[in-house]
Amino acid sequence: MIKALIEKLLTPKKGTFGVAANFESVEGILSAVMRARAEGYTKLETYTPFPIHGMDEALGNPPSVLGYIVICIGLCGTATAIALTYWVGTIAYPLVIGGKPLWAIEYTLPIIFELTILFSAFASVLGMLHLNRLPQFYHALFNYSGFSKISDDAFVLVIESQDPKFNAERAKQFLNSIGGHVVEVVEE
Amino acid sequence: MAQQLTQEIEEKDRLALAEMNQPLILGNPSYHDVTRVVSEIVEVRTPKIWYMALALTGGITAILGSMLAYLVWNGIGVWGNNSPVGWGWDITNFVFWIGIGHAGTLISAILFLFRQKWRTSINRFAEAMTLFAVACAGIYPAFHVGRPWRAYWLFPIPIADHGMWQNFRSPLEWDVFAVSTYATVSLLFWFVGLIPDLAILRDRATTKIRRTIYGVLSLGWRSSSTHWKNYEKAYTILAGISTPLVLSVHTIVSFDFAVAILPGWHTTIFPPYFVAGAIFSGFAMVVTLMVIARWVFKVEHIVTMKHLENMCKVMVATGTIVGYAYATEMFIAWYSGNPYEQFTFINRATGPYYWAYWIMISCNVLSPQLFWFKRMRTSIPVMFVVSIIVNIGMWFERFVIIATSLHRDFLPSSWGYFHPTIVDILTFFGTFGLFLTLFLLFLRFLPMIAVQEVKGTMAAEKH
Repeated sequence: MIKALIEKLLTPKKGTFGVAANFESVEGILSAVMRARAEGYTKLETYTPFPIHGMDEALGNPPSVLGYIVICIGLCGTATAIALTYWVGTIAYPLVIGGKPLWAIEYTLPIIFELTILFSAFASVLGMLHLNRLPQFYHALFNYSGFSKISDDAFVLVIESQDPKFNAERAKQFLNSIGGHVVEVVEE
Repeated sequence: MAQQLTQEIEEKDRLALAEMNQPLILGNPSYHDVTRVVSEIVEVRTPKIWYMALALTGGITAILGSMLAYLVWNGIGVWGNNSPVGWGWDITNFVFWIGIGHAGTLISAILFLFRQKWRTSINRFAEAMTLFAVACAGIYPAFHVGRPWRAYWLFPIPIADHGMWQNFRSPLEWDVFAVSTYATVSLLFWFVGLIPDLAILRDRATTKIRRTIYGVLSLGWRSSSTHWKNYEKAYTILAGISTPLVLSVHTIVSFDFAVAILPGWHTTIFPPYFVAGAIFSGFAMVVTLMVIARWVFKVEHIVTMKHLENMCKVMVATGTIVGYAYATEMFIAWYSGNPYEQFTFINRATGPYYWAYWIMISCNVLSPQLFWFKRMRTSIPVMFVVSIIVNIGMWFERFVIIATSLHRDFLPSSWGYFHPTIVDILTFFGTFGLFLTLFLLFLRFLPMIAVQEVKGTMAAEKH
């Protein structure tokens, strides 16, 4: 089963992923996105060495939903801490120490706080990885010859093949016409 | 005349403004230059000096290992802890190391929330310091329990070797939750920050083994706008929850003392005072290590004098807060009219531990005052020496709080004195070996500067 899973992860899908081009600067990629959207393309994705302010608005991406995930799991942490301290203090191992009640908010607050934080932290990291579909050790873009420069200083725009207007030749021409470098059709 | 004066004032304003807006990254490098400079540190052939340093710190770590083995074999009687000083160097060192860690979280989380762009050059380094300091700190409570193979009893794990459960009224149990949460969250925060930079190392890798290792560690990161969107959200949330977390950790550490009824410990000022002291000592440690690292690895244009100067400013601020706390403690002891409280504080300054008290005052309160002067806080030798003095002073602060409060409590018949044993001393010495060994490994295998954040700062400065 594990072998099958690994094979599934490593075998490429067939077909075209999209057309990629490098725009070499923050201004370049932002204006390229604007022009591609003006041209009517909707399935666009950019790949940049660092997050660019205003890129999500330019692409029309909705904001991240991670915050909702984190608050739900964080509150589960709160509930876990209350349940744990209550169960331990009153049911599993009731001890009277210093005449204090078996359970009280005053002395369980540190535990409640810390578990809320702990659950939230795991939720934000695992949630981020899930939303980004990571870990993912194969992706079509790895076939793009300029891929290894993205993490360095390349600002790449991809018009994806799922775009209703997609036509590899025309997309290539378009990206060339707006000043893209290393314009390539990227296969899956 | 008037015109000349106006011109002079304008010129002065211009200079002041230019100084305030000093670029954070010097020499106007390209994005590629930053990638190259930081990545090459881990890509070049391992320098001989690194092996020599590792051998030295590894040897010191071995001393730590043998001291801990000796302790496990014989019991904690090999430490100098006695009655009445039941907490000696162990808890002093625990609080010392935890405190050092706090600057890392402050830089990575709190300065991030305040949009302090200068943090980007030093945050990765400081976060690594946090993790390694917390690892050193964790050793002490784990071994102080006496039977470290049962240290897991501190956690509420349903294992059926005893029917007992934890006492959640105890500040020591709060500490278990606070410190373990802190270690876990710091590790997660650090790893999230590392993912895009590990991808850089993967993309630059020339050998298959490097590509595989960094490829697995970077989880297939490909820097898409979706990736960045969720990444930035996760980073902001982690910064947001780390901020109250770091404040809570040292608050809870201070509860270990403040919740007890011992004069000298039972004070409400402890939480803010401990947090300020932690940040103070942590920044001092960042300065000590950064001064060496930026010189050895030639990254002076990325970690500039401005970064170091800002850290010195934080040190003078927090050092003064700590000094104010010492004064407040004294004042409240007098003002309370409580004879036990008054005795404790007079005894601190003039009793058998007077030397420790005055070392603490001169190192922590007096020495950072030098940083009021620009010439002092922009001088590498001065800041290096002061940062070490501050860490010595902060160690003494914890020692003073613990030992002087314990050694003379309510009953004169039970008064005593604390002498560290050779095992105490070598164990503490050994934790520095562990700390530095972990640091050397970090510098060799991971990017010591957050490359993508520095590039983001550069892009923002261009606009």
